[in-house]
Amino acid sequence: MSTPATKQETPLTLETFTAGLWKENPIFVMMLGLCPTLAVTNTLTNSLAMGAATIFVLVGSNALISGLRHFIPKQIRITTYIIIIATFVTLVDYLIQAISLDLYNALGAFIQLIVVNCLILGRAEAFASKNSFNKSVVSAAGMGVGFTFALACLGSVRELLGSGKLLGFQVFSDNFEPWVVMILPPGGFIVLGSWLLLFKWLEQRRTRKIIRTDAATHCTVRQNP
Amino acid sequence: MQTESLSYLFLSAFLINNFVLAMFLGLCPFVGTSAKRNTAINMGMATTFVMLISSVCAYGINAVLTRYQLEFLRLISYIAVIAAAVQLVEMILKKFSPVLSRALGIYLPLITTNCAILGVALIQTAKGYDFMQSVAFSAGAGAGFALALILMAGLREKLELANMPGITQAAGLSMMLAGILSLTFMGFAGLGGSAA
Repeated sequence: MSTPATKQETPLTLETFTAGLWKENPIFVMMLGLCPTLAVTNTLTNSLAMGAATIFVLVGSNALISGLRHFIPKQIRITTYIIIIATFVTLVDYLIQAISLDLYNALGAFIQLIVVNCLILGRAEAFASKNSFNKSVVSAAGMGVGFTFALACLGSVRELLGSGKLLGFQVFSDNFEPWVVMILPPGGFIVLGSWLLLFKWLEQRRTRKIIRTDAATHCTVRQNP
Repeated sequence: MQTESLSYLFLSAFLINNFVLAMFLGLCPFVGTSAKRNTAINMGMATTFVMLISSVCAYGINAVLTRYQLEFLRLISYIAVIAAAVQLVEMILKKFSPVLSRALGIYLPLITTNCAILGVALIQTAKGYDFMQSVAFSAGAGAGFALALILMAGLREKLELANMPGITQAAGLSMMLAGILSLTFMGFAGLGGSAA
């Protein structure tokens, strides 16, 4: 596992974790798993709950798939993955129902629809089926956190603009006024579109940024401001 | 009750609660296959077809599972049935209608991971629709999916010709377009409001 202590020996592992946060962010970069992204992000609470559920399913299923990767026959691997994922989703479905019925009703069918979240199957096929147990778990956790981060981005903006909560956190200052439409379906598309445009704009300056963060985190002599 | 009539269910899934634009189901193919109008039409047809079949299957399965009190297996059996239904449809089409099969091409197997299909099955179970209601609901949902896909493809074809700044090259602008489309579909809400 990637505890900070092992960071020096296996830098690849840390990179495995952080890739999902920003560089390969499932929503903003890879555009995977859009359906729950838009459907449940009308408040920040729902976004975080959905994120937590997805992290659980993602880590659990990727761990199991990675552990069983030598035993799963190649021909029926997709079916096997789907069944494993569906098992974890059923678990989380009953778990949320037991913890908070309000939350369960707010999220609706979208907890069960985690099964067909392309992010989870995509990671199972592209990463967990080829990599070691530890790496798969770390990568899945990174992807899950990145997914939750993106959900929180959407949820906070939509809740702020749509119902006026979370005051003081302003993202789009001039063009947006408190709008009920933000918590309705069109708001989801518009907010996600805005984030995507913003990140596209940021991407044009990303190269400089990466060099700067690199220098800051490693505290090397290579500092050229 | 008037609101539960078959035509209302169809219209509701078709326009008022459009699966793509109001309920956010099936967004991956919506973004992925709406670049050209022809692919959009084919994809819409294939999805509607599979949706109808899997909806009927899901109705049968739910009846069996409820009878033996195995509700916790619902999700797993639905997803397995949908995957099997897609395979079956693919084989039948290849045997009896090679033309249609060729037209749908790669989109048919990809439908398995379309969350609109599983969404129809789960929603009809949650609402407790009977057999005919399930069929009307899934037909409406499929038609609504096809409609949204074709509209979006038309818009994106126009967009190709427009002169846009660099940052709008990615999916961001498509999302904005979908938002505007979704806003217009909210105008249909009055149709349901008067009946309910």
